[in-house]
Amino acid sequence: MARTRIAALAAAAAITVTALTGCGAADMTRQSSPYADAKGSRTVTLSVQSWVGAQANVAVAQYLLEHELGYRVDTVQIDEVPAWDALSQGRVDAILEDWGHPEQEKRYIDDKGTIARGGELGVTGHIGWFVPTYFAEEHPDVTDWKNLNKYADQLRTAESGGKGQLLDGSPSYVTNDKALVNNLDLDYQVVFAGSEAAQITQIRQFAKEKKPFLTYWYKPQWLFEKVPMTEVKLPDYKEGCDADAEKVACAYPHTPLQKFLNSRFEADGGDAAAFLKKFRWTTDMQNDVSLMIADQKLSPQEAAARWVKQNEATWRTWLPS
Amino acid sequence: MTATVTPATTGSAAATDTGSGVLRALTRHRGRLIVACAAVALVLGAVFLGAGNWPASLSVDLSGPLKSTSDWIIDNRDGHPLFLYFLGHVSNAVVVSVRAVYLVLLALGWAGVTAAATLVAWRVAGVRLALTSLAAFAVCGVLGMWVPTMQTLALMVVAVAASVLLGGLLGLAAGLSDRMHRVLRPVLDTMQVLPAFAYLLPVVLVFGIGVPAAVLATVIYAAPPMARLTALGLRDADAGVMEAATSLGATGRQRLLTARLPLARKELLLGVNQSIMMALGMAVIASVIGAGGLGDRVYQALASVDVGAALAAGVPIVLLAIVLDRVTAAAGERIGAAPAHRSRLGWAIAAAATAAVALGTRLADALTWPDGWTLDIAEPVNRAVDWMTAHLYSGVPVVGGTADWAGHFTTWVLNPLRSGLQWLPWWAVLLTIGVLALLIGTWRTAVTAVLAMAAIGVLGVWDPALDTLSQVLAAVAVTLLVGVALGVASARSNRLGRALRPVLDVFQTMPQFVYLIPVVALFGVGRAPAVAAAVVYALPAVVRITAQGVRAVNPAAMESSRSLGATGRQQLLQVQLPLARPALLLAVNQGVVLVLAVVVIGGLVGGGALGYDAVFGLAQGDLATGLVAGAAIVCLGLMLDRVTQPTQRRDLAGKGA
Repeated sequence: MARTRIAALAAAAAITVTALTGCGAADMTRQSSPYADAKGSRTVTLSVQSWVGAQANVAVAQYLLEHELGYRVDTVQIDEVPAWDALSQGRVDAILEDWGHPEQEKRYIDDKGTIARGGELGVTGHIGWFVPTYFAEEHPDVTDWKNLNKYADQLRTAESGGKGQLLDGSPSYVTNDKALVNNLDLDYQVVFAGSEAAQITQIRQFAKEKKPFLTYWYKPQWLFEKVPMTEVKLPDYKEGCDADAEKVACAYPHTPLQKFLNSRFEADGGDAAAFLKKFRWTTDMQNDVSLMIADQKLSPQEAAARWVKQNEATWRTWLPS
Repeated sequence: MTATVTPATTGSAAATDTGSGVLRALTRHRGRLIVACAAVALVLGAVFLGAGNWPASLSVDLSGPLKSTSDWIIDNRDGHPLFLYFLGHVSNAVVVSVRAVYLVLLALGWAGVTAAATLVAWRVAGVRLALTSLAAFAVCGVLGMWVPTMQTLALMVVAVAASVLLGGLLGLAAGLSDRMHRVLRPVLDTMQVLPAFAYLLPVVLVFGIGVPAAVLATVIYAAPPMARLTALGLRDADAGVMEAATSLGATGRQRLLTARLPLARKELLLGVNQSIMMALGMAVIASVIGAGGLGDRVYQALASVDVGAALAAGVPIVLLAIVLDRVTAAAGERIGAAPAHRSRLGWAIAAAATAAVALGTRLADALTWPDGWTLDIAEPVNRAVDWMTAHLYSGVPVVGGTADWAGHFTTWVLNPLRSGLQWLPWWAVLLTIGVLALLIGTWRTAVTAVLAMAAIGVLGVWDPALDTLSQVLAAVAVTLLVGVALGVASARSNRLGRALRPVLDVFQTMPQFVYLIPVVALFGVGRAPAVAAAVVYALPAVVRITAQGVRAVNPAAMESSRSLGATGRQQLLQVQLPLARPALLLAVNQGVVLVLAVVVIGGLVGGGALGYDAVFGLAQGDLATGLVAGAAIVCLGLMLDRVTQPTQRRDLAGKGA
């Protein structure tokens, strides 16, 4: 008897839930943040990736959207690939710096049409292997990959065991390093720092002691101003040489970084969407803001405010007329 | 070897009930028997199975099916009825409720929220806690974290309410029906030991990055303690009272509502308390999947290696945890004690005061925390951290720098341990686990442990799992060494105990993420910092449990040993520690579970192995890698917990006695 009552209760609960929520279909492409639009203001949600360059883009865009166009801006930190997913679902309105994800571009832009291109950011990104400049000056031939094995001994750490250490960063970044080490027959072990923060901390510790190291790194990045590094030449990049992830044996390409907007936001986003599409600056400008954030420890808002004050001519052109 | 096998004697208490002489003899020599069988199995294994890692023929490659599942979900998320009519509504309901709470908090303004918190604390727990919570909320504002704190609070309110509801319902079912209890208990036991990190990926897959995913992951993590404690409270209801209620002619529902639930209110409140603590513990980890709020600030600050800013966002979490913990604990103690008529008046005053304050700030147009009232702690903290790393990292005379320690630890402890474990033939690993679990627990825990470990092999991540295991073992060893020493010392010296308590409190509630960057600065990148963070995180629990166990040793036993002329050292080694054995075993168990949770997060600082795979899966949206790693972490957690879990057999023995 107790069981029938429980069953009846469960059925009643199920019906209530359905009645409360199930009046219609939920739109999974309109999933906004619960913190958005508080106090009746117009809100834009931007995705910030974990690296500081991306924080700089977002900080300046946020500052201008809030102070010049009267929007409220929410930022969410999301890794690169999940950000595409969030963009497609409308949880974020825009990604300001993307390093190239052909698979996602095909899926969301060409097939589903939920994401639209927002044009170039104006910054060109490049990934590569770097050694500290003080080490490269002492041993100029280390900057060619063919000589790397000669230095494996000096680059050994406890983590890399008997081989030299190639320091890699966050798992979210684009990397072919394991395949490269394999295919170029290098006597190195890829050690994943697990996050960019950990990698930067380690690099700075090495630099403080003037120890040699070999690391995966990318430009533009503020750390170059603090720890000068020289790129190690890998076999030249040719179109399509990185098509098969297992067989890559060439350098990373130079990528013009792209912006992407949610399609619905692109169509109905008004001034904010127009502004974000016109947002375009240079590598040096991005670096200035990044340095203020990461090295002088200014908050992104303060850094953006400072930059905006000094560069009015640049950002005036971004505002919708 | 056999000297350590004392549980066999406690276990025999249960078996004597059967009265069989053979059985009694068997249980008495249980330890020896197990070891003998293990030796035979070792020889047999060596002859028939040979050496080597988990054989490829016994593993299943799940990457294909998992990849297609994830593709299916992404492609059908906007159109399939399952999402449109069910999951979509769940997601919307979460968003709507978080938003509602958030808007209420914003409408109250900072003064209103602070006043409400203070007055509630005053009504529930007295003046002292009221002042604490006033100070706590003020500090959140002063640190410039008011808005993120409110976002986290809104998310917590919804997540905790859902956890309490869900956990309460499950607990009710398990408390009333024996069958449900039998089904639910192992599930809940297991969920409680899983590292929070393992929950993230499946939720993200279905709901995408964002608040709904974060809330649901938090609920999954925080509901089990509520369910367990509810069930416990209902099952332990005083038989006499229940009998009386029945004889008075109460119906089933009346009995439940008027006797059983009120009798269980202490456990219910403890359940709420536990749920809140677990939910707050998840707040930072959930920021990896878009929870926003304080956790997101911690996460963003760590991305730019800004320990100070991370701390500024971490402190409000700790304060929220302390206030909520104390207030709910006090509510549990006070229940039923306060006279009813005065309390109603008090509540009315509290409500009126809150309304007045909220209205006042609204009229004064001061809803947001005043900008001038903030204090920047990031810079001094960063300077202190810089100083520490600059002076301790290397080149310290005599003892060497922290980097050298880390290097030695990696070379002399972690590397041999890892290669040793990976060198062991797979069947020997399983056998060792089985034997250990049998010696400490029951055949049931042994079977679960062995099956869990075998599942890791089947999933095809044997090597990384052993890598993680080696880090866990090393960290547990260090934790126990330091923790037991500290625990014993603080049990024997009250002054040390008092001095340690606040430190332990803070270390335990601090989000694990905050530890990660300082340990990198001190120990470099790799497995050593992951181990260090794990030790710091697990230490408080171990110290506390050890100290309690040692302190709880029967004073009569202490007295009699003293009168027999035992020295302080003899007393400790021959009376206190042996008698505190159950507590020590519990400390090991807790230590293992906590260490695993952080070693996994250590994937973010170069810990590699399973933790890195899980992070990689989240970061790249790579379900195949992430889910397999997550499942392996789950299995590893299950295995470690079962191997070190002595409770079940003691329960049996307790009932037999």
